[in-house]
Amino acid sequence: MQKVTRDILVNKAKELLANGTVDRVYGWKKGEFAYDVTPALFKSEKELDEFVFGDFCGANVSKYLVAESKKAGGKILVFLKPCDTYSLNQLTTEHRVDREKIYAVGIPCEGMLTGSALKDKVDSVLSVETEGDTVKVETLYDGVKTFPASDLLPDRCRNCKSKKHVTYDELIGEDGEVLDSGRFDEVEKLEKMTPDERFAFWQGELSRCIRCNACRDVCPACTCEKCVFDNPKSGLENKAAADSFEEKMFHIIRAFHVAGRCTDCGECSRVCPQHIPLHLLNRKFIKDMNTFYGEYQAGEVVGNRPPVVNYTKEDIEPSEAVKRGE
Amino acid sequence: MQRIGVFVCHCGTNIAGTVNVEAVSDALRKEPGVVFSTNYQYMCSQAGQDIIKNAIAEYKLTGIVVCSCSPRMHEATFRKTAASAGINPYMVEIANIREQCSWVHKDTLTGTEKAIILGRAAIAKVNLNAPLTPGQTPVTKRALVIGGGIAGIQTALDIADAGFPVDIVEKKPTIGGKMAQLDKTFPTLDCAACILTPKMVDVAQNEKIRIFSYSEVTEVHGFVGNFDVTIKKKARYVREDICTGCGACTEKCPQKKIPNEFNLGMDTRRAIYIPFAQAVPKVATIDPDHCNMLKNGKCGVCSKVCTAGAIDYNAKDEFLTEKYGAIVVATGFNPIPMDKFDEFAYSQSKDVITSLEFERLMNAAGPTGGKLLRPSDGEHPHTLVFVQCVGSRCEACAEKGKEYCSKICCMYTAKHAMLTRDKYPDTEVYVFYIDVRTPGKNFDEFYRRAVEEYGVHYIKGMVGKVSPEGNKLKVQASDLIENRQIHIDADLVVLAAAIEPDKSARPLATMLTASMDTNDFFTEAHPKLRPVESPTAGVFLSGACQGPKDIPETVAQAGAAASKVIGLLCKDQLTGNPCVAHPDEMMCSGCSNCEKVCPYGAITYVDKEFRMPDRTTKVRRVAQVNEAVCQGCGCCTVACMSGAMDLKGFKNEQIFAEVDAICR
Repeated sequence: MQKVTRDILVNKAKELLANGTVDRVYGWKKGEFAYDVTPALFKSEKELDEFVFGDFCGANVSKYLVAESKKAGGKILVFLKPCDTYSLNQLTTEHRVDREKIYAVGIPCEGMLTGSALKDKVDSVLSVETEGDTVKVETLYDGVKTFPASDLLPDRCRNCKSKKHVTYDELIGEDGEVLDSGRFDEVEKLEKMTPDERFAFWQGELSRCIRCNACRDVCPACTCEKCVFDNPKSGLENKAAADSFEEKMFHIIRAFHVAGRCTDCGECSRVCPQHIPLHLLNRKFIKDMNTFYGEYQAGEVVGNRPPVVNYTKEDIEPSEAVKRGE
Repeated sequence: MQRIGVFVCHCGTNIAGTVNVEAVSDALRKEPGVVFSTNYQYMCSQAGQDIIKNAIAEYKLTGIVVCSCSPRMHEATFRKTAASAGINPYMVEIANIREQCSWVHKDTLTGTEKAIILGRAAIAKVNLNAPLTPGQTPVTKRALVIGGGIAGIQTALDIADAGFPVDIVEKKPTIGGKMAQLDKTFPTLDCAACILTPKMVDVAQNEKIRIFSYSEVTEVHGFVGNFDVTIKKKARYVREDICTGCGACTEKCPQKKIPNEFNLGMDTRRAIYIPFAQAVPKVATIDPDHCNMLKNGKCGVCSKVCTAGAIDYNAKDEFLTEKYGAIVVATGFNPIPMDKFDEFAYSQSKDVITSLEFERLMNAAGPTGGKLLRPSDGEHPHTLVFVQCVGSRCEACAEKGKEYCSKICCMYTAKHAMLTRDKYPDTEVYVFYIDVRTPGKNFDEFYRRAVEEYGVHYIKGMVGKVSPEGNKLKVQASDLIENRQIHIDADLVVLAAAIEPDKSARPLATMLTASMDTNDFFTEAHPKLRPVESPTAGVFLSGACQGPKDIPETVAQAGAAASKVIGLLCKDQLTGNPCVAHPDEMMCSGCSNCEKVCPYGAITYVDKEFRMPDRTTKVRRVAQVNEAVCQGCGCCTVACMSGAMDLKGFKNEQIFAEVDAICR
């Protein structure tokens, strides 16, 4: 599926390491299973042997730069898919990464498959390969199985918002365009429900939450020095207790905290072991802000201010925003 | 652990009528931290305050909760009481069981239950209160008055009279405002110019007053006692310090066909002009939209005829920043545009005019030299129809008019009708009205004179349609008392247009963070008890920017605003508000969200070195609050995801404790 190969990226990394542009590389390496790819730091040409790139490299590595860019040393090479570049811009805006320390190489993306979707279909995967739009899976007990790749595409890729890199130092391949995706279709479905139906929907989804914190830990907008949920002084940490109502509070508070800052990368839903469509909460916020305050895409431009976390004399009157919501 | 005293006020029957105060004080006695609880008829009285003081001494109280009226009413009173008994005034919390409880409930059971809950929340908060000490800031002893109409003029004169320097910023080339355009003034009929222009001269000659005419306020920073204001002096292309106001340029300028704003477009002026003979400052101004020299570099006549050499075609807008201790808003009003009122044919016929245009027609310095002539053909009109409430009290037509009463129209219409009949006894004058409202000193007598002595026909009812036919205006109206339709062939129709705040008021309010109502009138700090102060400290209101007003009321309010300003400027130091934002640097992520939402620019960021537990050092970007600038609005605490930014006196944990106590 992907148009760029691992070798192109590794050669680029080797070249930049060799000429001293960068002294370390953020990319991906193989995890426990074939579909399980995790972000990793490579500090030398030798370590790059473990570098992987393929259709399961959905992980957004921009968040790892928060810590890495504050460390001593030279520049860090990072490979970013179009949606990851929005996160990097947002982190730069919030002074969470030092952009000067980063050498961003934009890579094209054809949509990234999810391991969890694969696991739902087959057990005991030995290896996965994609040929064109077909995914070929070798399993331990059932032999080789094939699926159309689209079966394994998450919502974020089916409704991709942009193939355009909003920040990069170098680009591999051609840059794409911002897409007119149907990313709010699911939100509109939820909006059409009655409050009772909607409550039941979220009750069903969020009651599965096991509070593993994976959504928060992966979220490029969640980079606080100390998260309120880890801070006994905040008075919020017990809002995460396993009470059926307060469980929802964790996700709702988190959605408020990232409102206007969420770039809609969809990592929260990708990592959720319970398959909760968390990105829908964020998309509802994005849709509402577009309606009330005008179109805004977090991370599109460094320095842009989210309408809800900003104050200008030109701000619309609250009464005007209310009218737009009617 | 705090030792808290609870004091429940009966407020006569205001609270005790719908709240069982005894039950409230009994219930609150059992709350955590409470060591004493009582109730009394009037807690704010001397006897009530003594109960508090004695309890503080006897029970060694560290915090008190007063269950009484709104904190806006008596928080300051009880803070003083606490301070005089030796505990920090910020250890006092008010539970509002009057406005938010007894006044809104009719049933004693629910009223009592709610009062207990509100008391419980206040106790939960006091348990987490900490003593706070306000800082002191110096006061810049200079005032700014925005607007140079009669309101601004009077305020400036009164402040200057007390010995403080004042600057007036006026966007037009001259001060004087609307009053300078008026002919006679009700109810005494003295001429507006005769009473206004001496005041304008006083302003010009007063050593303490500086006039920035043809200027606008573009930026306001700072806070009460210490405002930094940027004033834009628009380029007038004439040097104010040299121009003598001789007027030679205004006679020779070849651009003659420009509608004269001062006469509301009923005659013309030149591209270089002095608005009227008594203008202050009396200097010419070039209108850059119409001056040939400025537009295409071809002309230069004014420069040639100016013996003083005051013309400067290369002038640029100038910006200057000044410091002020207090700001008075006196931005005034305008009649609303009449273009949406097609039924009155204002856009179709020159002989349908507004009342302000009528003022200019009657004015000796106006376009007709004071002769009442029809604008269309210059003929003397014989039948005049005045229509009142055009766009005022207009509930059904909110999109083109105003819901409120413009207040001044009844009186000026009576004046216009009376003056017309007085000067031209051959005229028939009709006034159509919804109600005639004349509640002012000698106002009703004035209106009755118009009817009884001058024979003005007052008809209760509205004009439905005005249609120009030939050189007549066909007026269709209804007489509600006689219950019949009326048709009048009028020569002149005068519309009493509603008045609205000047358009510059809204952006100014944003700059000043002063609040406005839905009609864009500035809001008072208290509608009855603080009518000339804006809720924003250090910002005062003068004249029609606060609501429709006639001249006597405007002058009275101008004086009142001046006295408030003088009271402020007399102080050497102001006690600040200790309830300001405070960042926890160890938790701050340096994201800048708080900086960007701060309406006061109180937050900056620094790179600070921190020693880590492993003895290494780490440089982190953290927020810093300028406590003198912070107004304690709390926007930053909401924007801060990690809760690193907190508001002293209103900490997140205190507010959560209140909410938890309410929901318990």
